[in-house]
Amino acid sequence: MEEIRNYTMNFGPQHPAAHGVLRLILEMDGEVVVRADPHIGLLHRGTEKLAESKPFSQSIGYMDRLDYVSMMCSEHAYVRAIEKLLGIQAPPRAQYIRTLFDEITRILNHLMWVGSNALDLGAMAVFLYAFREREELMDCYEAVSGARMHATYYRPGGVYRDLPTQMPQYRESPWHKGEDLKRLNQWRQGSMLDFLDAFSEDFPHKVDEYEELLTNNRIWKQRTVGIGVVSPEQARAWGMTGPMLRGSGIAWDLRKKQPYAAYADVDFDIPVGANGDCYDRYLVRMAEMRQSNRIIRQCVEWLRRNPGPVILESHKIIPPQRADMKEDMEALIHHFKLFTEGYTVPAGECYSAVEAPKGEFGVYMISDGANKPFRVKVRAPGFVHLSSMDEIVRGHMLADVVAMIGTYDVVFGEIDR
Amino acid sequence: MLAQLLLVLWTLAKVLAITLPLVIAVAMFVYWERKVIGWMHVRMGPNQVGPLGLLQAFADVVKLLIKEIVVPTNANRFLFFLAPMLALVPALAAWAVIPFSDGLVLSNINAGVLYLLAMTSMGVYGIILAGWASNSRYALLGAMRSAAQMVSYELAMGLALVCVLVLAGSLNLSRIVEAQGGGLLHWFWLPLLPMAVIYFVSGTAETNRAPFDVAEGESEIVAGFHVEYSGSAFALFFLAEYANMILVAFLASILFFGGWLSPFPSTWGPIGQGSFFWLLTKAFLLAFLFLWFRASFPRYRYDQIMRLGWKVFIPIALVWVLVAGLLKYFHIVTPGA
Repeated sequence: MEEIRNYTMNFGPQHPAAHGVLRLILEMDGEVVVRADPHIGLLHRGTEKLAESKPFSQSIGYMDRLDYVSMMCSEHAYVRAIEKLLGIQAPPRAQYIRTLFDEITRILNHLMWVGSNALDLGAMAVFLYAFREREELMDCYEAVSGARMHATYYRPGGVYRDLPTQMPQYRESPWHKGEDLKRLNQWRQGSMLDFLDAFSEDFPHKVDEYEELLTNNRIWKQRTVGIGVVSPEQARAWGMTGPMLRGSGIAWDLRKKQPYAAYADVDFDIPVGANGDCYDRYLVRMAEMRQSNRIIRQCVEWLRRNPGPVILESHKIIPPQRADMKEDMEALIHHFKLFTEGYTVPAGECYSAVEAPKGEFGVYMISDGANKPFRVKVRAPGFVHLSSMDEIVRGHMLADVVAMIGTYDVVFGEIDR
Repeated sequence: MLAQLLLVLWTLAKVLAITLPLVIAVAMFVYWERKVIGWMHVRMGPNQVGPLGLLQAFADVVKLLIKEIVVPTNANRFLFFLAPMLALVPALAAWAVIPFSDGLVLSNINAGVLYLLAMTSMGVYGIILAGWASNSRYALLGAMRSAAQMVSYELAMGLALVCVLVLAGSLNLSRIVEAQGGGLLHWFWLPLLPMAVIYFVSGTAETNRAPFDVAEGESEIVAGFHVEYSGSAFALFFLAEYANMILVAFLASILFFGGWLSPFPSTWGPIGQGSFFWLLTKAFLLAFLFLWFRASFPRYRYDQIMRLGWKVFIPIALVWVLVAGLLKYFHIVTPGA
């Protein structure tokens, strides 16, 4: 008699729920997963190596492309590493702007997450609702940096420029006209801070909307409660951070434990879960969006009252104003030096980490005193989380693997680097 | 001889008179589905092909028909092509016994309900064969899921039908509608409320629609049983699924919501009279529920569907068969005029 064998299934990299290019080799016993073997590296672009061959400030843009749903947070870790080595600090207004945009990024990321996780589990509506709000925040990215995703807005010593005093408006087009146009521009009459004020006033209601569709939905609960349980010990042992860790009930958040930027001065809570299952992680992320909204409101308030420089004046590191270069020889020289050779950074090494939406995003940087980093190592939270895949999904069903991939919030830009 | 020939031709004409509008209805229903779900999702839906995008469905049909049908290596060619036809034919054949209005039915057979049960159960063979013949693991998983699901929900559905049969005292669909005569409160949804719900939900599961669409399970097994189908072979599956959806909506209106009967008293003039219009309205409203489900619910997991079917629906249905029997025995519900 022929022996009954488990069969293997190739899940991805072209798969609607692979979140990019995850390839899973699943060993299946009927619908039950016996072994899951994640294969990574299909999006490897050699970011760390590339950073070694460029002056320090030219790699900021690469950081956007690591985790392409939480762009500015990755920039933040990299920029802070340079600042640490240089021994400089951004002015307070820049710190607040960074805090503001870190939280905007967190909302952007969590919206993307809740949408795609719901889509993975079959609920299509949340995805499109989430993208409606993402659009507004993307506009903020665009307003400050000119790019909707890959902003390169944070610079060593501050941020590229101050927040715009006039929020860009929609123009009339075949797609936006009449009442629709008026509604779209309703929040955009004043400065960007006015816009964010209006947005953050409205956003909690939007989160209520998502929760209405999911939180008490019986099917949603059946699909997530008790699925992919991570105990606090396991979470620690696997090196999990962010919502993966907090979902298991450990209140660890770098924004509170090792405050950076302006986080020490703003008031917010760390939501934690109890059971460490997909449902708790979902609740944690929803609560985090509300907390981020709170922080945004505080930052907007502070930024309204405290004008000031947003970047240091030291032209050995910060490029001079374009206008100055027309008249000032020194400025022209600085500009030339900065954009050809860059600046040298004192020899040394440092690790700087930020609480990115997915967890602890860290940059370990070694400088040998040259104008390029000797080594840059990126600590991506998704990589650490994904490594627990096999052990968590064992004995779950195929549909739970999809729920689990969703709850990891994997983005292959940062995992494959 | 001539008379027989004429009869055959006349029947063929009647068959065409049902299937052609049905196929067009499927096309328009697909358009309507995309529009409705678009509105529910704060987006537009199709709006480019033709006025308001009305011709989108026909453009899709043309696209599917001129696309190449790719047959996977090592697929069983014969079964691979047989499967979509096996799925479609019962979906269309079932319409033969649907009474559209008083006396307006292709074949007024006395075992109409049995015929329907037989036809709707046949569809699953197409799906199983498609999954098997494709020689793909995703397709096979989809076929397995769908086979298990259809078999379990058929039971609940069958029991719901039994309740209707008990109250109506007939297997003939026209008789069943007539048994509900006498106004809104005489329709069977009232005494059989749980059965009406079970029937409709089971119908959703039978047609593999969200939230029971595990057989297709977009984000899990990509497209399930028809993952390897393209072009017109895929179009047949698509047509079968939507024809089945409309069928379930029509059946639910016939069995529980008084078919062509008007909800208003007959003294109200034209709107009080039973007509095809009422059947269409009821079916349209019920079909709309399918779209609403799809726009808002997450998908069940395969084993959870089984649990719902076996541990919730079938016990309730069994109890209600008894209740229906008692209602009939003590003349609490009597067939209407």
